[in-house]
Amino acid sequence: MSLITNLTFFVLAAFLGYEVITKIPTNLHTPLMSGANAITGITLVGAVAIAGSGSTTLATVLGFVAVVMATVNVVGGYLITHIMLEDFRQGGSN
Amino acid sequence: MVVELLPDSVLPLAYTVAAILFIQGLRDMTHPRTAARGNLISAGGMLVAVGVTVVWFEVLTPLVLFGGLIVGAGIGTVLALTVERTEMPQLVGVFNGLGGGASAVIAGAELIEISTESGGVAVGSIPTEVAVAAVFSGIVGSVTFTGSMAAAGKLHGVLTTDAVRYTGEQVMKIVFLVVALGFGAYLIVQPDVLGFLQAVWVPSYWLLVATACVLGVLLVISIGGADMPVVIALLNAYSGLAASGTGFVLDNTALIIAGTLVGAAGMILTVIMCESMNRSLTNVLFGGFGETTEQEELDDIYEGNITETSPEQVVMLLEAAQRVVIVPGYGMAVAQAQHAVSELAELLEQNGIDVEFGIHPVAGRMPGHMNALLAEADVPYERMREMEEVNPTFSQTDVVIVTGANDVVNPKANTDTSSPIAGMPVLEVSDAGTVIVNKRSLSTGFSGIPNPLFAEGNTNMLFGDAKDTMQELVNLYKE
Repeated sequence: MSLITNLTFFVLAAFLGYEVITKIPTNLHTPLMSGANAITGITLVGAVAIAGSGSTTLATVLGFVAVVMATVNVVGGYLITHIMLEDFRQGGSN
Repeated sequence: MVVELLPDSVLPLAYTVAAILFIQGLRDMTHPRTAARGNLISAGGMLVAVGVTVVWFEVLTPLVLFGGLIVGAGIGTVLALTVERTEMPQLVGVFNGLGGGASAVIAGAELIEISTESGGVAVGSIPTEVAVAAVFSGIVGSVTFTGSMAAAGKLHGVLTTDAVRYTGEQVMKIVFLVVALGFGAYLIVQPDVLGFLQAVWVPSYWLLVATACVLGVLLVISIGGADMPVVIALLNAYSGLAASGTGFVLDNTALIIAGTLVGAAGMILTVIMCESMNRSLTNVLFGGFGETTEQEELDDIYEGNITETSPEQVVMLLEAAQRVVIVPGYGMAVAQAQHAVSELAELLEQNGIDVEFGIHPVAGRMPGHMNALLAEADVPYERMREMEEVNPTFSQTDVVIVTGANDVVNPKANTDTSSPIAGMPVLEVSDAGTVIVNKRSLSTGFSGIPNPLFAEGNTNMLFGDAKDTMQELVNLYKE
C-alpha cells in the first residue's frame, strides 16, 4: 500500500479519535486511558509477523521479545480496564 | 489467481474489522453503563487482528511465536489480577511502557530484515519512508518505554517523587535528543561513511534507541509526582504514535489506525489536564514547581488562625446539615480511605442529607483517579460532580469535607497572581457554611505553598490519617 494511503488512514483516524474521545466523560478517564493503552498493544500484530517469519536469528529473537512485551500490554491492559469498569457498573446500579 | 485473490484480501479485511471494533469500543466508553461492553468489543477487535495475523503469516518458528504469546499473556494476567487498586496507576504506566518499547523493537527487527536482504546498510538499502518512520517510532517508542517506567517508579515510590532539578538539565535533554536525531539522520541518509554503522544489525538504529532511552528517563525524572497524571496521559499518546509509526514501517493499516486513535486519546487527556491546572504543557514538562515556602510566611498565615476540631464536633455538624459535599484528594488514595468515605456518604444519605462528591480534574495521580477509586468503593457515579458543576452549589452547602486534598482547594489560585498555582481553577469550598479539612498536618501540598483556606474563619482542621478519621466519623455517626 502506498505512503499516501497510509497517510490518509492516519489523518482520518486522528480526526475520528478526536471526535469520539472528546465525548467521554471525566468519570471514565482512568479506564479510557487504560483501555486506550491496551489498544496500543496492536503493535503485537507487527511483533507476531516478525517473530513468526523472521528470516534471521536476530530478528526472530527481537520478535520474541516484542511479542512478550506487547502481549503483556494487551492482556494486562484489557483485564485491568475490565476490572475498573466492573466497579463503575456496580457503582451505577446502587 | 482466483484462489489467491481471496486469502490476499483476508488480512486487510480483518484489520478493517478490528479498526471498526476499536472505534465502537471507544464509543461505548462514553457511558459508564456501556463502558465494560466497549472494552470487551475492543478486546474482540484485538483478538481478530492478532488471530488472523498468526494464521496468515507462514510461521517458521512456532515455538518462538507461541512461547512469546503464552509468556506475555501469563505475565499480563498475573499482574492485572494481583495488583492493589491503589497501585493501578503505576501498572497502567508499566503496560504503556511495554507497548511503546515493543513498537521500537519491532521497527528495529524489520530494519534488520531489510538490511540483511541487501547485505548491510548501504546507500538506498532502506527505503526513505521506512527509515523516517523507523526513526520516529524508535525515538518515541524508547522514550515511552523508559519514561513510563520512570513515571511508574515515581508513582510506586521507588524513585523520588520530587522534581529532580540540576544545572544544565535542559541542555542535557537537548544534547540527547540531538544525538538521537543524528543517528536517525544517518539511518535515513545512509551515507557511505562510518563503516561500522553499516553492519547488517543496523547499529545506528540501536544507538538511537539507547540514546532515546536515556532521554526518556531524563524527561520524566525532572517532573514532580503530582504532575504524573499529565505525564502518564502524554506517554499514553506517545505509545499510540509509536505504534502508528511502526505501522508505516511495516505498511500495516491496523497499527496506523489503532495507534493514531490512542495518540488522539492521550493528547486530549493531556490537554484537559493542563487546562485544569492553567499551565501549558511546556510548563509541566520543563518548568514545574521547585521553590519551598519560607517558614515565616507559613507562620504569618496560620498563626492564631487555625481552628482545630474533633470527630465528635464534626458529627454534630453533620447531623444538622442538609447538604454535604466531600472533596477527595490524593491523600484519600494514599490512606485507602475511599471505602470509609463511601460508607460515610451512604449513612448521610440514609438520613436524608444530600451528599455529593466534588472532584477536581487533577486530583490524584492519573486522569479520573478519584472517580475510579470512588467507583471501586461503590459510590454511584451520579454523585460524583465535576468542578464546574459543583462550584456554584457551595453557597447552598452546609458542610464541606475536604479529605487529603490541598492545592485544588487553595483560594490563593484566585487571589494571588504571583502564586505558582495562579489562575488554576479550584474548588471554591469556602463559600460553604463550614469547611472541615482532614489532613495529617499543616504541611504544604505539591505546589509548596501555604493554603490560606486552613486559616479562614469557617474552616475547621480535623487532623489525622484520612482512613482512620473517616472511619471514626462513620462509627460516631452510627451511634
